[in-house]
Amino acid sequence: MTPFHFWTTAITIAVVLFVVLHVVAYMILVERKVSAWMQDRLGPNRVGPWGLLQPIVDGAKMFLKEDIIPSHVDKVFYILAPGVAAFTALVALAVVPFGPTDPSQPERYQFVIAPNIDIGILWTFSTGSMAVYGVILGGWSSNNKYSLLGSLRSSAQVISYEIPLGLSVLGVILYAGSLNLERIIDWQVQHGWNALYHPLAFLMFVTAAFAECNRLPFDLPECEQELVGGYHTEYSSIKFGLFFLGEYTHMITTSLLFAVLFCGGWHLPFGLTDGNEWYHTALKLVSILGKTAFFLFFYVWVRWTLPRFRFDQLMGIAWKLLIPLATVNLVVVMVLREYEAPLWALTAASVALFVGATAFAARQTTPPVIRRTGNIHGLPTRV
Amino acid sequence: MTLTQFLFWTIAALTGLSAIMVVLTQNIVRAAAWLLFTLAGTAGIYFLLGSDFIGATQLIVYVGGTLVLVVFGVMLTAQGPFVNMKAGAGDWAVSLIVGVALYAVLAVSTLLTAWTGEYPEPVDERSSANVIVLGQALTGIREVQPRTVLAAQRGYTRVSYILPFEIVSVHLVVVLVGAAYLARARRRTSRMPEGVGG
Repeated sequence: MTPFHFWTTAITIAVVLFVVLHVVAYMILVERKVSAWMQDRLGPNRVGPWGLLQPIVDGAKMFLKEDIIPSHVDKVFYILAPGVAAFTALVALAVVPFGPTDPSQPERYQFVIAPNIDIGILWTFSTGSMAVYGVILGGWSSNNKYSLLGSLRSSAQVISYEIPLGLSVLGVILYAGSLNLERIIDWQVQHGWNALYHPLAFLMFVTAAFAECNRLPFDLPECEQELVGGYHTEYSSIKFGLFFLGEYTHMITTSLLFAVLFCGGWHLPFGLTDGNEWYHTALKLVSILGKTAFFLFFYVWVRWTLPRFRFDQLMGIAWKLLIPLATVNLVVVMVLREYEAPLWALTAASVALFVGATAFAARQTTPPVIRRTGNIHGLPTRV
Repeated sequence: MTLTQFLFWTIAALTGLSAIMVVLTQNIVRAAAWLLFTLAGTAGIYFLLGSDFIGATQLIVYVGGTLVLVVFGVMLTAQGPFVNMKAGAGDWAVSLIVGVALYAVLAVSTLLTAWTGEYPEPVDERSSANVIVLGQALTGIREVQPRTVLAAQRGYTRVSYILPFEIVSVHLVVVLVGAAYLARARRRTSRMPEGVGG
């Protein structure tokens, strides 16, 4: 068992919290800058050079604004909900490695808050799924119909997308033989990145994670033109800020998970990270954080590329597409694992499944456009 | 008082407090939310006592399951006669009797057990969890400590939980299919022809 040092752990937690809070603040700036760039605008540029001090000003504003508690809310849960949202998102980070780890040398410092936790990924999933409680409690206790509708949408969405999220990772876990994230990285160091062997699972995991984070194209819980602000309509000042913090922390966690589960964690090809000198450690740290930064950028990129799904499309993608496909993929991976097929067979199976599913879906479904009859759901428009 | 003891008593107190709130509150959504905190606190105690896997399962299955309860509570009782559930004096009396009886059974069995204070050794000394033991016990590969009397009499010590597990899961599927059938919106018998509108 890895020795437990109180102060090492306490300092690690403090550093991780510091970094995460600042990354969240600057993610908002990145989001605004990238969106401005993609829409040929300037974006925030008044506070500091290139608007770099904007997040600090925004943070101060969040704290100093008047904290309004409407008189019609359910006080206890109204106050509790933002805390639940932020807490569950932050606590999921506990087992996710953010730097070099080596399970074969437990006496070295491991760049993870709680090293060598056997249930690793299970912990992240269980706490990540609890994040929806912040949304549900917030929406219900606001005593506002728009908030309630937003939170009910969110619960349906998160319950549905948790299934493909879990199913798509199972193949990776079967090959690594452990739920422990450090061991999953270790397996990839020896055999190559999982994204090469499980490309379809990677695609499904990313899709499901986007839905879990309530990010566009899956941001139906707070869809502005239908729900005003969704579940956080009644929230102001730092309570709203905590919801924001929870959502962006969830994005950071899932970006780290993309890197750790499918992109080799801290590993780089061509033997760049084979060694234990200080510069290897630095390179490993840069590698995993660089991958995470790329996926964070990817979140913003997709946001300004894809339009929002309709609610029936959202449910259709989860239940009619992702869950059957993830199940078939898992069965194929299990068969290949049982008969000890070479690793390239996994890639081939993944690609074949993807092509097959695309062909099948193209034959089955009518294109998702509103038909000329003005008929969206197959219901008559005039009765 | 060590850190572990402090954490144990804090979590235990919070869990107990929210358990009491489940009973005392009269709003069904609030009760479900307090139940959520009770179950999460129980998971915390599992983690603290070294049963990581049980703790995570508790979070996924029970805490995640409460969500459905909250949602149903919201949807069925948003307005209407069931928002407040006032318990009558008779209900209080019956539940007090049942509660005290259950507490007595638990207290007596806890006090009468001879606690040895020995932990089972972890399988891999570099790992603290017991997922491997659990998996082996489920499939009957490893000898399981609480042997059934019948098995011991036959000199057969391997206890497998795979059959009860499978029976429970098949049962669950049947229940789910039944629930989906009952909850299905009843279609009108005369369907509108498609595309009536211009």
